[in-house]
Formats: sequence, structure tokens, C-alpha cells
Amino acid sequence: MKKGYFGSFGGMFVPELLVPPLAELEEAVNRIMPEKSFQQDIARIYKDFVGRPTPVYYCGNFSSELGFDLFLKREDLAHTGAHKINNTVGQALLARHMGKTCLLAETGAGQHGVATATAAAMLGLECMIFMGALDVERQSINVQRMELLGARVEPVQSGTRTLKDAINEALRYWIAHQQDTHYCLGSAVGPHPFPLLVRELQSVIGREAREQLLERTGKLPDKVVACVGGGSNAIGIFHPFVNDLEVQLVGIEAGGSGRTGDNHSATLAKGSPGVLHGTHSFLLQTPEGQVLPSHSIAPGLDYPGVGPEHSYLKDSGRARYEVVHDHEALEAFRLLSGKEGIIPALESSHALAWVISSTRNIEPGSQVLVNLSGRGDKDLNIFRKAEQDTEN
Amino acid sequence: MDNENILTGKIHQALNNGRKALIPFVPAGFPSKKRFWDVVLELDDAGADIIEIGVPFSDPVADGPVVEKASLRALEQGVNLEWIIEGLAENSPGMRAGIVLMGYFNPFLQFGLQDLAQKARKAGANGLIIPDLILEEVLPYIDMFKEHDLAYIPLVGLNTPPERLKNYAGLDPAFAYLVSVMGITGTRAGADKLLRDKLTQAREAFNCPVALGFGLSTKDQLEPIRDLVDAVVFGSALISHLDEGKSAGDFLRSWR
Ligand SMILES: Cc1ncc(COP(=O)(O)O)c(C=O)c1O
Repeated sequence: MKKGYFGSFGGMFVPELLVPPLAELEEAVNRIMPEKSFQQDIARIYKDFVGRPTPVYYCGNFSSELGFDLFLKREDLAHTGAHKINNTVGQALLARHMGKTCLLAETGAGQHGVATATAAAMLGLECMIFMGALDVERQSINVQRMELLGARVEPVQSGTRTLKDAINEALRYWIAHQQDTHYCLGSAVGPHPFPLLVRELQSVIGREAREQLLERTGKLPDKVVACVGGGSNAIGIFHPFVNDLEVQLVGIEAGGSGRTGDNHSATLAKGSPGVLHGTHSFLLQTPEGQVLPSHSIAPGLDYPGVGPEHSYLKDSGRARYEVVHDHEALEAFRLLSGKEGIIPALESSHALAWVISSTRNIEPGSQVLVNLSGRGDKDLNIFRKAEQDTEN
Repeated sequence: MDNENILTGKIHQALNNGRKALIPFVPAGFPSKKRFWDVVLELDDAGADIIEIGVPFSDPVADGPVVEKASLRALEQGVNLEWIIEGLAENSPGMRAGIVLMGYFNPFLQFGLQDLAQKARKAGANGLIIPDLILEEVLPYIDMFKEHDLAYIPLVGLNTPPERLKNYAGLDPAFAYLVSVMGITGTRAGADKLLRDKLTQAREAFNCPVALGFGLSTKDQLEPIRDLVDAVVFGSALISHLDEGKSAGDFLRSWR
């Protein structure tokens, strides 16, 4: 395969000015990351700071109703409440080895921004976060968290004033500040080597889960299910199972309201191949190649692109991708909270919702592993507002 | 040379007349769909050697706020490749300047690159600048562009190493385009030295003319590097000038 490609997807579609920092990063990924001292450092940070390994939890109450065994990989218990931290502490450590003094990131809802600011604070790096002006308004608590952690949060006024515009602005900032700044991209998207780097760091999820399930049940799961925004939590749990061909991999995208004409984030299901933010992958776009605005009730899934490896897994048939709508995710959010005492992130609720609604497709007695990518405390306002809207 | 590329020829012509070639950039549909082609013709009249027409894209990561705003405004008016190519076919026959389409890869990709090359060339375009299509990614298309006699013009930067400049030179481009700013901070003198050094490297690497662009707003900026530059490109400064309702011809004449 061509360098940086997954089949015909991936690549490096960036301004030439970004080629040197990307080459520098690729060199660091290949040289520094495999070193024993780096691996020891990251293992220690995962254990002491992030709280890894996160447990795999058997949902006893739910499973007896569903007729199959439901296991959750508890990324909600990782520090800052989501899987995003696995990526940011790894990239922050790498950045420090590269001699960078500033960590740059985009954020949509603020989860990745908080995780980046956290890693920067822990490793003594400066931190600069770009966030769409609309998101700054919608997610003020996360802005306060980032600022408390020492980050500078810069509202982005251009375009749709959301995540995709925050990425544009972060790329521009990186062009100008590449000498002392590492761009800590938040998902398995973007130009090579980011999709590989983020996969490498998030694969800790799947490696742990695979071992934990084998130890506990003596067999591999029949299905592994994860929500897909940019695709980092999904690729993180999928990757260690890719060669276990008997394990079905299912990615769940956000379908929005489901009403025709409304925006959604079901990039793989409803998009077509195109180039955005440095990578060739599925994309929500007009026939003329202009990027469409996306929407989901789960802020972390609200992105019109998707990581190139998911496009490849879809095309090759190794993984399948399904769509779940806002109301189904809200229902799963409510159900898991009440039945198991776990409030899932609205993003993760999409994966759960598919499992719950697919009881007819899932054989009784089988074993299903869902990546619970984050906790849902952050989503209570959205949940409450949605409940009110349906009552009215 | 008999088979000198038409764009290379335009730059040489200017140099032979004892001046730098002038390459204005205007986003298609700017300042309005109605007035755009008049602006292009006015630039041609005022002596532009090559005119770069910007193809709008929703996410122009290599551009600053001025160009981005113009780009989004064009999209709102429904400017697309089809409209540009149609207008070009109508207006190019009388024009003296060479024409380059400058745009991000995705709209070209969705149009179909083969189709684009054929239709754009037929309408009168002589070259393409695609800021997010770097050396490695353009390779699959480079022969096809050549077949259609459409020049691929590489963008290089102050941080592009000499070996990579040589790799770009291996594509035998019509001219090379050096992006003069990175937002690199430091003293003015330091920045000038960096720019001089890179221009010198570029002149060594490329057989073709070297154009300088991005962030040029006054003629004075050229002084320290005048001897190393064959052509100058202006974008934002021209757009701001047009935005104030002033004439394209006046702007260009101030640079001659
Ligand atoms: C809890 C949670 N899950 C999932 C996502 C989606 O990102 P990805 O698809 O990269 O895992 C996010 C993004 O913010 C998130 O916060």
C-alpha cells in the first residue's frame, strides 16, 4: 500500500507548508514511540494518571432482558471522562520528546480540548485550543475547564463556526507556529501520520478489552460495537480484533433527527469519497465537492468527515457501519442510566442504541462488546432539553 | 524556444521588457458574479501577465480571512467550476494574459480531473494551482495534465528543504510559486535573509521562473529581493482594494 494510505483512502492533502512538520512528526512516531523508555513512560501515565486499565463490565440486568451478554468497555472511567485522554497524553509525551513547548488542538464539544489541556498541564506544555464560536457558547463549562487547566481558548468565527472550522483554524495556526508547536489532532482523521498515530494510541482500548474478555469468558466477543465520529474510539477498539475474522466489527454513525432534509453525521452511510482536512475519505459534500454542515445530538459525533481507515474497513467489508438517530440514542441514554447505574455519553449511547434495537439480529447467547467511550454527565442539559421538547 | 510553455513565455516576456511579471489573484465571482469578468478583463487590459482565478471552496485551509470570506461569498452566489469554465470560454479569446485556475483539490476531484483538464484547457485555462495537492499526491495526475497541455504549478514554502525543491523541479513546471510568509516571527532583517536564502535555493533548483506571493501589499516589500524574483502574485491586497470599490486597473498600474 502507498505510504499513508488504507486502500485508496488516506494520504496527505495539505498545503506544502505543512509537509515539514508532518514529516518531523512521522519521523518521531517511527523513531521515538517504539523506544523502550517511551513505552515505559506511556504505560506509567496510562496507569497512574489516566486510570488504566479501564474495566470491562458485564451488564447483568440488561443482558437478561436482551437475551445475550452485553459487556461495556468502560472508557467513561478514564480520567476526564472519555477515551480522548489516551490520545492526548500520548501525543503530549511525544511532543515533549520532539522538543515542542506548545500543544495545539481543535475541539468541538470541548472533550478533546479538555483532554489536551489536561495532558499539557500534566507535562508542563503550553496549550492553545481553537473552538467554533457557536460551540464556545453551547459548551461554556468545558471552556471554563480548559481555561482552569491553563489553556488559551480561541473562538473561531469563520464558516459554520463549529468543529470543522476549528480544525481549519488550527491547521492555519500550525503552519505559522510549527517550530515550537505540536498539533494534537483529536481523532483518527487528518493527513498521514495522524490516522496511524491516533490508532496506535487508542488501540490500548481494544488490547485491554480483548484480554479482559478472554480471561473472563474464555472466548472472543461475537460483536464489537462503537460509535463513529471521526472514528478514534472505534478504531481503538476495532484494531486489535481486525485479524480475528470471526469477530464482527460494527461502527455506529449519528443519523441526526432522521427527518429528510435535516443535517446528520452519517458520513459513511450517506456520504461519498472526497478530500477534507488532509485526507481522502468518505465525506458529507455537495455534488460539487463543497463540504456540508453536519449535525448530531451528540456533540462529539458532529463532524462531516471520518477517518480514512474506516472508509477502508467499510469498502473491504471487514467492518459494517449502521446509523442511529437522536431519539434512539436518547432512549439508550435513559435506559443504561436506570438499569445499570451508568450514565453513558450521548456519543456512546448511539452504539448502545443499535445493540438494544438489534435484538432480533443478535443471536441469543452471543457476546457483545460495546465501547462506552465516555460518561454522560456532560450531556444532561441536552437530554433535559430534548425531553422537554418531546413533552411540548 | 518553440515549445516553451505559454505561462513561462508570459513571464519571460515581462522580464525581457525589464519588469517583473504581474500575477493578480481574484476569487471567482468577486466582487459579484455580475462584475467578476469585467474585473478580469480590466486586469488584462492593465497589463496583467497571468491571471489567477480562485475556485471557491468551503474550507480553504491555506488562505487567510480575506480570501476565505470572498470564497464563502462566492459559494453563496452559486459560483462553481461550471460557471467559471463557461465564463472563461466566453471571455478568454480576446485576452492577452495567461490564465491559471487556483483551487482546493476536492471540487476538482468531484468534477473529475480528466474532465476538468479537458474542459478548462478548451475554455482557455493554461494551468492549475492546487494548494493541497502536494508532490506525492499529484503524481497520479501529472502525465494527464501534460497531455492536456495544462501546467501544474507547485507551491513551495520558506520551510521546503532544497532536496524537495529539486523533486518539484523534476516535474518540469511552467513556473514555481514561493509562498513568502509563514507567520514566522523575528526581526524584519532575519525574515529578509530567510526569504533571500530560499529564493536563491529555488533559483538553483528550478529551471523555470520563480514567482513570489502571499502577503504582498506594497511595492517596497519587493526591494530587498528584487534581483531574485521573476514574478509577483497578489491576492488579499487586491481583494481589499476591490472591496473598497476601487478599480482593478489602478491597482495593477501602481505595481508596474
Ligand atoms: C465520549 C465520546 N465518544 C466519541 C466521540 C467521537 O470521537 P471518535 O469518533 O473520534 O471516537 C467523542 C468526541 O468528542 C466523545 O467525546
